[in-house]
Amino acid sequence: MTQVLDPPASGAAPEPPPPLVGGPRPPGYLADRTFRIVAVLAGVMVLVILALIIWVLFDNSLEWFREEGIGSVFSLDWAPNEGKYGAGALVIMTLMVAVIALLLAVPVSVGIALFINEIAPRRARLPIVFVVDLLAAIPSVVFGLWVLRQLASPLADIYADVHNLVKDVPILGDVFGDPSASGLAIMTAGIVVGIMIMPIVTAITREVFATTPASQKEATLAMGATRWEMIRGAIFPHSRSGVVAAVIIGFGRAVGETIAVALVIGSSQVLTENVFAPGDTLASIIANQFGEASGVQRSALIGFGLVLLAMTIVLGIIARSILRRANRRLGIA
Amino acid sequence: MTATVVPPAPPTPRSPSGSILRPRKATGWRRFKSGLASVLFVLAFVAAAIPLIALVYYVTREGLKVFSWEFLTTELPFSQRSVDGGIGPAVVGTIVITVGATLMAVPLGVLGGIYLNEYAGKSKFGALVRFLSEILTGVPSIVMGLFIYTFWVLRVKEQTGFAGSLALACLMLPVVIRTSEEMLKLVPHELREGSLALGSRKSRTIRTVVLPHAAPGIVSGSLLAVARAAGETAPLLFTIGATQTANWNLFEGTNTALSVQIFGNANSPYIPAQERAFGAAFTLILIVFVATALARIVTVVYTRRVSGKS
Amino acid sequence: MTTTLTPDTTIDGVATLPPTEVDQPPAAESEVPEQEREVVFRLSEVEVFYGAARAVTGVDLDIARNEITAFIGPSGCGKTTVIRSLNRMHDLTPGARVMGTITYHGENLYSGKVDPAEVRRRIGMVFQKPNPFPKSIYDNIAYGPRINGTRKRSQLDDIVEHALTRAALWGEVKDKLKSSALGLSGGQAQRLCIARALAVDPDVLLMDEPCSALDPIATARIEDLMHELKDNLTIVIVTHNMQQAARVSDRTAFYTAEPDEEGRRVGKLVEYDVTETIFTKPGDPRTEGYITGRFG
Repeated sequence: MTQVLDPPASGAAPEPPPPLVGGPRPPGYLADRTFRIVAVLAGVMVLVILALIIWVLFDNSLEWFREEGIGSVFSLDWAPNEGKYGAGALVIMTLMVAVIALLLAVPVSVGIALFINEIAPRRARLPIVFVVDLLAAIPSVVFGLWVLRQLASPLADIYADVHNLVKDVPILGDVFGDPSASGLAIMTAGIVVGIMIMPIVTAITREVFATTPASQKEATLAMGATRWEMIRGAIFPHSRSGVVAAVIIGFGRAVGETIAVALVIGSSQVLTENVFAPGDTLASIIANQFGEASGVQRSALIGFGLVLLAMTIVLGIIARSILRRANRRLGIA
Repeated sequence: MTATVVPPAPPTPRSPSGSILRPRKATGWRRFKSGLASVLFVLAFVAAAIPLIALVYYVTREGLKVFSWEFLTTELPFSQRSVDGGIGPAVVGTIVITVGATLMAVPLGVLGGIYLNEYAGKSKFGALVRFLSEILTGVPSIVMGLFIYTFWVLRVKEQTGFAGSLALACLMLPVVIRTSEEMLKLVPHELREGSLALGSRKSRTIRTVVLPHAAPGIVSGSLLAVARAAGETAPLLFTIGATQTANWNLFEGTNTALSVQIFGNANSPYIPAQERAFGAAFTLILIVFVATALARIVTVVYTRRVSGKS
Repeated sequence: MTTTLTPDTTIDGVATLPPTEVDQPPAAESEVPEQEREVVFRLSEVEVFYGAARAVTGVDLDIARNEITAFIGPSGCGKTTVIRSLNRMHDLTPGARVMGTITYHGENLYSGKVDPAEVRRRIGMVFQKPNPFPKSIYDNIAYGPRINGTRKRSQLDDIVEHALTRAALWGEVKDKLKSSALGLSGGQAQRLCIARALAVDPDVLLMDEPCSALDPIATARIEDLMHELKDNLTIVIVTHNMQQAARVSDRTAFYTAEPDEEGRRVGKLVEYDVTETIFTKPGDPRTEGYITGRFG
């Protein structure tokens, strides 16, 4: 029997351990409770902040609601000098910019996602993802500055060319109408926002594509499908709802994009279907006008903020429920 | 008379039960389509890389025209027309305001992540917090600026760097919460069990075993949140005011920031102002890129360390 | 202390018992008469539920001081569930409920007045997969004592050395106490976990399949360790390796999983007796079936 270094035990029976109950107050009990409470409070903060945002914005836009009357809050005229505070034109133009952005970003993002997942060699994956991440890291104001100073003029020329091409075609001639000379236009804003939302749409789409079961992909390949046929046959059907969710998330981002849009959209609140003309969005008009605004105009701009908030919340909920349903079908959480 | 007749070669089998000696290959047209698709995907990547390269090149080129140590430290000129002056106050402002926001958002965010992963589990309240946190990430930054303006600035009746920090912190908070929760989720359950089995209470287990294991990921995620916050403009527009001189005090007096300066100078007809805008933009993307790279380095270096030398 | 392997044990997948231990009754010193056994745990009509599902039922047994008690049985029979109820690990699983009575030195372990952290200070646990903390070897061992308030460097040094020696690891790590514990091999890491548990000077050590992730040499070293430790500790070990139970334990409890009235499989305690009896003259046919199925 090897010698055990611990002294007690030979001969006399060892003392029984002290009773579990009624011993001295266990150390650390209070600290443990306190920590738990602090952690819960941190969670509660999220609730508090969101509630405060909604309440404060609502409270401060009441003046606008009263002035315009609930009915015409979305009228198409925004002319504070004439006492007109309608949000309608801006909502529509916000949507126009977002749609243009999505039309540009989604195909590119899907292409990049497929490129990264299916085509690029493993080792090249990380640097490519890094490039896309860098794009996501660039601040909005720098994007706006770049487009404003470097792209606006060339774009103006392109707009002019396109307009000349289609000006006699019935609908196209109006949509691609008389271009703004400076290049500051709804289209320009759409392009910037498209570039800016591309990383997030790519990231989500990549994740969705990656969940395609390998067995499905292999099954199509085993039948002799080409890579493109495998993508169309296995990846796309599987990823349909996930890509929809990615689009909605991108849409939410596009709607909220403020500074880059403010710099390049030309600040005109007159509703137009001409994408080559200047316009304005809910977010960018706040950025440009709030500083000098007062009274009802200020209240109206805060109301615009509320509308923006409502839009992003609704879009967020929709995207989340789509993703949740898609994940449930796959059996993930 | 015998003549050897050579039967024509059998056609290449196309049916699914094709000969294994001559496996079915896609016809030329299908292969072409697939190749074309691949080319398109590569082009898509190029389409993403081009704006990045063009932007970085252009901003660097224009920014380097004025970038220098003096530029980073001299006061802002009073007139946009003026050639002298630098963006010193903006650098100070960005640093001070971003640090202030980080000090508020990161501890609170990590605690929130701890609450969600370690205490909330599948509870209804936990699900609510998770849901609202996700909503909060989607709130546009201009709305956050309006919020802090009406809620705080109007109440204390002054614009300060701190107000800007508050707005940025609200933007950062849900991001840090999500990162923390995800990193904590990755900590193996055996580690927690081992600590608890030694008589450690839950809070101590979290502090001394779980958090250290998750720390590299949390730091990395927080750095990314900081990088984003440093570049934000809209939350600062109405909350921090403006100043010509550097203000290191978060709580007194107005302030300015790189992003705000860029926004203000971008449209200026005066060349010096435009140059300052580019100089500031260059500085800003330098900061942001460094922070992003640091985040990646932390992930790579420390994750290896935590998993042991082998 | 080095482990020597007796010529009769083999190192490939299934080790066989040296014939002597099966044919002859064990040495008298390990057989304590019933009346003199000091009871550490008494389990009466213990059942454990996970939510609505009953995991194990019908557990009545006593675990005595300074003995090694083994829980054996096929997978799903509840042996891990029962051992985890001895240090209130089920408190951590939401929805888990322990019914019946478990007393520890006569006190109700699950009384509302009992602090679970205190329970786990007295009743240590070693897990199947070694789980060293991402800290230095020193800090791993010192973790427990630090919780208990020991701060002084010299005291901690002594405790660390003492615990590592008891766990037969001191010699191998004494020069690298500051290096990360994650760099240890599987067998070393498990001995580290044992040392870590010993550092708080527990009364009982629970071991949940401690050797199943280890190679046979490491396993043998830990089994030797258990023999040494039992002079000062009470040990309960869950093992799926019957030979191991026969080698190390004084008493063995055999569990199995059977369908209950509603057809759901529930674990239950079948037989509990002196190890030699279980393996040579088992009372229950199910025990015999399990034992002989392996010996073949």
